[in-house]
Amino acid sequence: MSLVQAVRRPVDVTGLFQVGGVYVAIAVVLVFNLLFTPNFATAANLRLQLVQVAPVAIVAIGMALVIATEGIDLSVGSTMAISAALLPLYIGYGAWPAIGIALLAGAVVGAVNGSLVAFAGMQPIIATLGLLVAGRGLALVIADGRLTELFDPTLAGLGNASLLGVPVSVLLFLAVTAAAGLTVRYAAVGRRILAIGGNRPAATLAGLPVRRTLITVYVLSGLLAAAAGVLSTSRQGASDPSFVGLLIELSAITAVVVGGTPLSGGRVRILGTLMGALLMQLITATVIQQNLPDSTARMIQAGIIIAAVYVQRGRSRT
Amino acid sequence: MTPDATLEVREVRKHFAGVQALDNVDLILRPGEVHALVGENGAGKSTLIKLITGVHRPDGGAVHYRGAPVAFSGPREAQAAGISTIYQEVNLVPQRSVAGNLFLGREPVNRFGLIDRRRMHREARDILARYGITVDVRSRLGELGLGVQQMVAVARALATDAHVVIMDEPTSSLEPREVDLLLDVVDLLRQRQVAVLYVTHKLDEVFRACERVTVLRDGRLAHTGEVAATDRLRLVATMLGRDVDFVRRHGATTFTDEHRTAAGPPVLRAEGLTRAPRLRDVSLDVHAGEVVGLAGLLGSGRTETVKAVFGAAPVDAGTVTVGGLRKKRWDPAAAIRGGLAMVPEDRKAEGVIPELSVRDNIVLAALPRLSVAGFVSERRRAQLVDTFVERLRIKVASPAQKVRELSGGNQQKVLLARMLCLHPKVLILDEPTRGIDVGAKAEIQALIDDLAEQGLGVVLISSDLEEVVEGADRVLVLRDGAVAGVLHGDGITEEAVMRVIAS
Repeated sequence: MSLVQAVRRPVDVTGLFQVGGVYVAIAVVLVFNLLFTPNFATAANLRLQLVQVAPVAIVAIGMALVIATEGIDLSVGSTMAISAALLPLYIGYGAWPAIGIALLAGAVVGAVNGSLVAFAGMQPIIATLGLLVAGRGLALVIADGRLTELFDPTLAGLGNASLLGVPVSVLLFLAVTAAAGLTVRYAAVGRRILAIGGNRPAATLAGLPVRRTLITVYVLSGLLAAAAGVLSTSRQGASDPSFVGLLIELSAITAVVVGGTPLSGGRVRILGTLMGALLMQLITATVIQQNLPDSTARMIQAGIIIAAVYVQRGRSRT
Repeated sequence: MTPDATLEVREVRKHFAGVQALDNVDLILRPGEVHALVGENGAGKSTLIKLITGVHRPDGGAVHYRGAPVAFSGPREAQAAGISTIYQEVNLVPQRSVAGNLFLGREPVNRFGLIDRRRMHREARDILARYGITVDVRSRLGELGLGVQQMVAVARALATDAHVVIMDEPTSSLEPREVDLLLDVVDLLRQRQVAVLYVTHKLDEVFRACERVTVLRDGRLAHTGEVAATDRLRLVATMLGRDVDFVRRHGATTFTDEHRTAAGPPVLRAEGLTRAPRLRDVSLDVHAGEVVGLAGLLGSGRTETVKAVFGAAPVDAGTVTVGGLRKKRWDPAAAIRGGLAMVPEDRKAEGVIPELSVRDNIVLAALPRLSVAGFVSERRRAQLVDTFVERLRIKVASPAQKVRELSGGNQQKVLLARMLCLHPKVLILDEPTRGIDVGAKAEIQALIDDLAEQGLGVVLISSDLEEVVEGADRVLVLRDGAVAGVLHGDGITEEAVMRVIAS
C-alpha cells in the first residue's frame, strides 16, 4: 500500500516539516553547539539543560492536551504560583502532605477553568485569562506577598536529587510525557479529547461526555502546572509566588506549537511538545554560552514560532 | 434587453469544482414586481444572487441593470448602484442601537465631525415610521424581537435609493404576525416601483405576495411564469423535479415492499414537540420494524423534528418517550443510552471527525463498551471495526486511514457503523443518501430495508421523494413546522405527498 501511495502522491514537504521539523531543528542546534560551543557535550551541561526544561515541559504536556480540545490554558503560571505559595503553609505537616495540598489546589483551579468552559460556555482564552490574573493575586495573598525559604530535605530532593544518575525532575517529565502519550493513543479519554477538538458538534451528537472530558483536561493541566510549581520551588529552595511560572504559559504554548500540534484542535503531538520545549531551552542555552545578548535568543525563538505556525497553515489548507 | 426590465439576467452559467451550479439561467425583474425565486437545496438560488451582486463572476452570460450590462466588484458596489440584499441571518450589530444600525457606516455628522445623534434618531424614527414600525430607536437592537430586527435590516437596505431588493428567505425565523408586517413592507416596495426578488421555501408566501415565480432545479431554469397561472401542485412537482401527470415508479431505489410492523407499543414516541417558530406540535410514533418517512420541503421542520427527538436541539414543549422513559429534556448521550441513534444531515459539520481514523470514527460512541479500565481493548476494537467494514462494505485502504480521505458515501457508511454498533432500537437517518454516489446510495437503501426487517425502527428523512415513498411504511408530511398529513400503505405515492405539501 505504501508503495502505491508513494507513487501516486507527491512528497508532502510541509507535512514532513510539520511532523519532523522540531527534530531537525534540535539536530541543527546540537550540531552547531558541538562544533562551536566549548564544553557543550559534557554530562554536566546536558544534565543542566534537562533539569532546567523540566517545569516548562511538564506544563507544556498539559497545555498540549488542552489545545487538542481546541482550548487553551493561560492560567498555568498562576497555578504554579498558588502551588508554590501553599507549600510553606503546610510544610510543617511534612513534605508529602504539603505537596498533596499544592496538587489539589492545581486540580481545583483546573476544575474551575473546565467548568467555565464546559458549562458556562466561555471561550477558553477568556475563562483562563481570568484565572491568570486572579490566581497570581490569590497566591500573593496566601504568601503575604513574600518569598519564603524552605529547608525541607524531601522537598529539596525532588529538584536536586538523582535516581540511578538521572535527576528526579527529569524522570518526572519523562513519566508525564509517557503517560500522556499512552493516554492519547490508547485510552478512551484520549480518543474523546481528539474527537472534541476535531469536531465538537459531531462529538456531542455521538453521545460523548463532552463536558466531563473538557473538565478532565483542564484538571490535568492544573495538576501538571501545580507539579511544575512544586518542582520549581524545590529547585530554588524557596517559594516565590511573585515570579515562579511568570509567563510560562507563553513558553508552554510555544513548545506545543513548535512541536507540531495545531491550535485548531483535533490533533496532538505529545513527544513533539517535549521536543519543542527542549528546542527552546537549547536555543536559550546556546545564546548564553556564545555570550550573545538575551534578545538574540528571543528573536531566534520568535522566528521559529512563526515558521512553525506557517508550516501548519500550509498543511491545513490541503 | 427587455425594454421595461430593471434587472435582466441572461443565460448565465457558473461552474464550481466539478459542479455546474448554474446552467443558462435567465431572470427578468420589472419595476413594481415581486418575483419569487424557489428551489430545493443546491438548486442554484444562492449562486444566482451572488452573480447578481458581484460576489461571483459568471462563466458566461450577462447581467443587465437599468439598461446597461454590469459586473459589480462586490455587494458594496451593487448596493451603491441600487441593488440591496437582505440576507437570511440578520447581519446587523446587535449591541448597537436601532438608529445606530440603520445608519451604520454612514452616520450623520455635525460640523465637528462627530456623530449627530439627535439628527440620527429623528431620521431613524421617520424611516421606521414609513414602514409602520414603532420602536424606541435608541434601544439596543439585540434586545428586540427577530421580526423587528429583520425590519430594521430591510429599512437599512432601503435607506439607500434601491431599485432592486433581494430578500433571501426573509421570513424563515419570523412569527406569523411578523411575517404579515414584512409582507406589508414588500407591498410598499411594490408601490414605490422597486423590483423585489423574493427567495423563499414557503409556498403560501409565493401565492400571497408575488406576481411571478421562477423555479430553479439543479442549476437549471425549471419554470418561470405568472403566479396566478401556476398551479400549486405543479409548482411543488417542478421544485422536486417530478412530472405530476406521470409519476412513475422506475425502480431506481432498492427498497422492497412493506415490512411487517410489530404490534404493541411504539419504541419511540414523540408528543407535541414545539419550538417557535420552526416547530409546532409535532407528534411521531415509531414501532419496531417500521420505517417512518418524514417528507416536506426544505425548512418544513424535518431536521428540527428529529433533532428535537434526539435531544440535540431545545424544545419549548413536548415529550419524547424512548426505552420506556418519558422525558421533556434529552441530550444526545441520554438518547443514545435509551436506544436512539441518529446519523445527522450535515456529514461534515456534525458527523465525521476528519482527523481521526476510520477505526476511531466507528468506535467513537462505543468506547465505554470496548474499554477495560479506561484503555481501549485493541482486540475488541479491531473485531468490531472489521465486522462493520465488511458488513457495510466500507471501502478503505486500511482502518487506520483518516476518515477525511474517504468519499462521501463511505463517510456516510462510517457514520452508520458508528451508530449501528450501539445496537439501537430506533435509527434516525437525516438525508442518508444525499450527495453520495449511486452505488453507495443503493447499498444504504438496501441496508435500511434490512435493518427494519431485523426489527429496528427507522425514521427516514429525504429530499428525494422517491426514496421516502418507496422506503417508508408510513409518511409524515411536514409543512411550516407542523404535520400537514400522514400517509399509510398504498396511500403513499409521490403525488399524494406533493398534494399534502401544496394543500
